[in-house]
Amino acid sequence: MNIVALFKLVPDLVEELEIDQNGTALNTDFLRLIINEFDDHAIEQAILLKERSGARVSVLGPDIEGADDVLYTAASKGADQVIKLTGDFQGKANNHAMARAVASTLKELQADLILTGVQANTDLDGSMGALLAEYLDMPYVGYVSGVNTVDGKVVARKEYPGGLVAEMEIKLPAVLGIQAAEQPPRYVAVSKVRQAMKTATIEERPLAEADLSGGSTIHRMFKPEAGTRAEMIEGSADEVAARLVGIFKEIGVL
Amino acid sequence: MITTEAVERSFYDKVLAATPDGEQLRVCLECGNCSGICPFGYLMTYPPSRLIAMIRANRFNKVLETDTVWMCVSCYACTAVCPSKIPLTFGLMTSVKEELLLAGNVPAELQTALANSQRYGNPQGESPRKRADWAKDVKPDIAIMAQAKKQVDVLWFVGDYPSYHPRVLSTTKALAKVLNALGVDFGILGPDESSDGDSQRLSGERGLFEMLAEKNGKAFGKYQFNKIITTDPHAYNAIKNEYPQLGISYPVQHFTEYLVERLEQLKPMLKREVKAKVTYHDPCYLGRANGIFDQPRALLEAIPGVELVEMAHNHANSLCCGGGGGGMWLDGFQWEKAHARMSEWRIQEAVKSGANILAVACPYETPRFEDAVKSLNIGGQLIVKDIAELLAESIG
Repeated sequence: MNIVALFKLVPDLVEELEIDQNGTALNTDFLRLIINEFDDHAIEQAILLKERSGARVSVLGPDIEGADDVLYTAASKGADQVIKLTGDFQGKANNHAMARAVASTLKELQADLILTGVQANTDLDGSMGALLAEYLDMPYVGYVSGVNTVDGKVVARKEYPGGLVAEMEIKLPAVLGIQAAEQPPRYVAVSKVRQAMKTATIEERPLAEADLSGGSTIHRMFKPEAGTRAEMIEGSADEVAARLVGIFKEIGVL
Repeated sequence: MITTEAVERSFYDKVLAATPDGEQLRVCLECGNCSGICPFGYLMTYPPSRLIAMIRANRFNKVLETDTVWMCVSCYACTAVCPSKIPLTFGLMTSVKEELLLAGNVPAELQTALANSQRYGNPQGESPRKRADWAKDVKPDIAIMAQAKKQVDVLWFVGDYPSYHPRVLSTTKALAKVLNALGVDFGILGPDESSDGDSQRLSGERGLFEMLAEKNGKAFGKYQFNKIITTDPHAYNAIKNEYPQLGISYPVQHFTEYLVERLEQLKPMLKREVKAKVTYHDPCYLGRANGIFDQPRALLEAIPGVELVEMAHNHANSLCCGGGGGGMWLDGFQWEKAHARMSEWRIQEAVKSGANILAVACPYETPRFEDAVKSLNIGGQLIVKDIAELLAESIG
């Protein structure tokens, strides 16, 4: 079975985000990218499936800063093939365009099972998994937190609100949006990643021409604006407590 | 899977090669002192002496199936009592942790700290760009080397917890105050500084330690200074004993060592009385591992009003706070195994000594011991202060 795990890189929120001068995008001067957490889980799930029932795992992502680290780390975890998609990703790539472009690469790879994170904090025009499934004409199940392979099919555990979980059997080929792998993404020792840098080869494949239709346009990007309804209570602990009690009485909860 | 005899033998050889004295492993007497003195030895399936027995019997694969080696806090107590001078902490325990780590047998909370160290250069996962933010409201301005563009006498290696931890920031600012009072010409690396990596090394991540050391080595190489001082005994240990093996050699002192050399200048500045019985906790990597026992005590005794009392375990026999060797990032794991905290044992000793203040000299300790004071519900009986804080208070 060929499993392909897809990842994208998103702004690392450990650093504060700044908006660029045009007010429609992030300022990339200090922006550091990190693998989308859900995609990291998708890679882990792919490796777990390989370890449990055997599979060939390919990991695939865009050729932007940080991609090599993700790919070498994936190789050291046990990915058989690591690929970066070359092309112009600056600014314009929306999920519709990416999904259409990646679809042809996924066909070349003859993927039986495509795993990707169920969402990313940069998704503006729908999630990658559902779009991919549409362009590849495959079934899609999202919010998956566990996968097993059974006789050429997969059984996925899908999470619902309110603590409900469904087990679904899905015919292959299929796309799954991973909410969480069965275990947190494993830590790989630096020495192992450094070894992978010497032994693994990152394949480069040109991304098909981007068709940007279907995406959304950003008119204005801004930080959350402070509302005016909050009242900051100043003073000593006793004064603050007295004022709070007063407020509770005023609004009738005391 | 590591199961064959050949691989087990290669582990034996690896431990032997891991430290200059690795060969000593062959002369273990099986006296059991190491396992007896180990604070969590009673919880380990294979405490040090049994580990050696397993390795000698080529049964190391059994060890890899267990996880209690992660109870080791690299406190150096075993190494200190070994009559055969076997490098148990640096050689044996650290090598075993390394094998567990490579085999993927690592508690999740430790993984997070290691991943953070890899990506952000600090185990807490804080923004590396904000490493010097604490210095923003310190007057006079603290020279950040990249901006100051000048030679300094002393490069102060601030460290992870002193740079970010809300409690430890008070120690950092206090030390800045003491250095300024003494007129020391010093600078800090700020965003150029990465974690010293020592606790990551002692939790088995040798590759990560080397990566961090190389980054710091590069940062040191960019600037002109005469010596390094550290807030953190772990940074001191790394820069003094480990970095030179990677070709990074600089004169380094822990701040207590540095200040004691200036005690005559410092003494007249210590004007305010700190009227208290003070007991001093020897940090493992200042005391046992590096033999610095007297300097911190000399500083405390120089503070007017301080009456120094000793706890039952002191000097080389000091108890660990539980934060070393990855313990700082294994609190949940260790609590599940032990349902006890080393920091609480130590606080109980401090209270028994009759002290009102527990003085420390390691940034792991203030938060750990303060938490223990809270969890023991003895607030008001004992205050935890870093020596730098007590000196700054006395300067006033």
